[in-house]
Amino acid sequence: MGNFDQKVNKFLEIFIEQNGYAKVVEGLRNTIMIAVLGLIIGIVIGTVIAAVRVIPKYKVLPKVLNGFCSFYVGLFRGTPIVVQLLVFYYVMLPLMGIRISGLQVAILVFGLNSGAYISEIMRGGILSVDAGQMEAGRAVGLGYWTTMLRIVIPQAVKNILPTMGNEFIALIKETSVVSFVGAADLYVAFNYIGSNSYEFMVPYLVMAIIYIILVLIISAGIKIMERSLRKSDRRN
Amino acid sequence: MIDVINLRKQFGDVQVLNGISIKIEKGDIMCVIGPSGSGKSTFLRCLNCMEDPTGGSIIFHGEDIADMKVDINKHRRKMGMVFQHFNLFNNKTVIQNIMLAPVFVQCQDLKKAKRKNSLTKLTNVFRKAQNKKELVPITTTKAQIKKEAYEHAMSLLKRIGLEEKADVYPSTLSGGQKQRVAIVRALAMNPEVILFDEPTSALDPEMVGEVLDLMKALAKEGMTMIIVTHEMGFAREVANKVLFIDEGQILESGAPEEFFGNPKNPRLKEFLSKVL
Repeated sequence: MGNFDQKVNKFLEIFIEQNGYAKVVEGLRNTIMIAVLGLIIGIVIGTVIAAVRVIPKYKVLPKVLNGFCSFYVGLFRGTPIVVQLLVFYYVMLPLMGIRISGLQVAILVFGLNSGAYISEIMRGGILSVDAGQMEAGRAVGLGYWTTMLRIVIPQAVKNILPTMGNEFIALIKETSVVSFVGAADLYVAFNYIGSNSYEFMVPYLVMAIIYIILVLIISAGIKIMERSLRKSDRRN
Repeated sequence: MIDVINLRKQFGDVQVLNGISIKIEKGDIMCVIGPSGSGKSTFLRCLNCMEDPTGGSIIFHGEDIADMKVDINKHRRKMGMVFQHFNLFNNKTVIQNIMLAPVFVQCQDLKKAKRKNSLTKLTNVFRKAQNKKELVPITTTKAQIKKEAYEHAMSLLKRIGLEEKADVYPSTLSGGQKQRVAIVRALAMNPEVILFDEPTSALDPEMVGEVLDLMKALAKEGMTMIIVTHEMGFAREVANKVLFIDEGQILESGAPEEFFGNPKNPRLKEFLSKVL
């Protein structure tokens, strides 16, 4: 094990003395930022898409919107996230003449991508709410969108919270590919330490542990949220 | 008050309502009975366009609400509805259930008036002194709307004896309590007519009484009610008009004494012999 001690020492040397910790902190910040902002964008997009897709379709506008949303979901679920990152960074944005950093592209793409997944989760959640809730809202004279926002979606969110937690965890882990477009996340930070010490065993081990800790914290947070949302339920 | 003319409803190829015409006057207590699948619930749900009619018209306040272009929400506020499965908002407490719609609607009106006023004020700047436009008078505030709605809701809850349940969630109420809250929720909008869709069918037998008592009290106060029900005793006692619907048509209608005492239609006779 003497060998391993040596490796740990090398890691600590880079980590502490050669500003490795600053890189790690920056990477951690970026990873969390991409995942959190991505999730927020995703929730907004996903909710809108889900609400559009459950509108009764006998008018033209909902039909057109529904078609567009299906296309969007199909597109983003049908391609790997790495491909989406690359296409956005090297094809779409240059063609549109927009110059933004890799980090911003990562946030955008993760938002759009998780929007597609969350829309399906949300749709399931909305469909799981008894149709009578919508009927009751309409019957007292509230409009479709008012009822949706005040009655149906709050109940749907409660139902899908565990699945949503899954999505967030997946998002955190998937962010490890953003180095493809030059965003500095956790992987980049530890890769830097590894390449400087020619020793990858310890850095990657530490990286794995950090990811696990992140996910454990998120799971705990979701559990707390669930408990507070279960107020109106009998299952406590 | 409500004039139903040749109402038709189709689900796909199935013709559920086959031309129903009936006039409902103010103060009417109309019970609708019929075998299951006869279209009586569909008839009721068409009255406030929960199901869009595929033909015919429903004249309410001089407007055909079967027309897709009218603002149906405006009319629904004047037509309360009570469901078989209560459909209380699960994510709202009892008092919030009752207050939600009145507060929302009034706040929306307030917002509209304010927006209109600010537009008028802006355009008034460019008008001469003598032809300045008048502002819409705003007599209330959001807080006051909420306060009044709360007081109204509490008085309604007091009436059904559930004021101590104001802040609990519907999931903790019994079926009878839920249905009474649902009736009160409809009342909170001060509707002109309430539609009841089998209000006691999902209740335990011992809770049917409390709901029917509340409905009887409403009937005595002169509320117009249209009730789809299987409670023949209730129909006989409270209604002033009873309809028998089968296969999407009104087969017989009349005052309850005549209707139950001397039914003429053979289908109605058969139906009554089974249920009475």
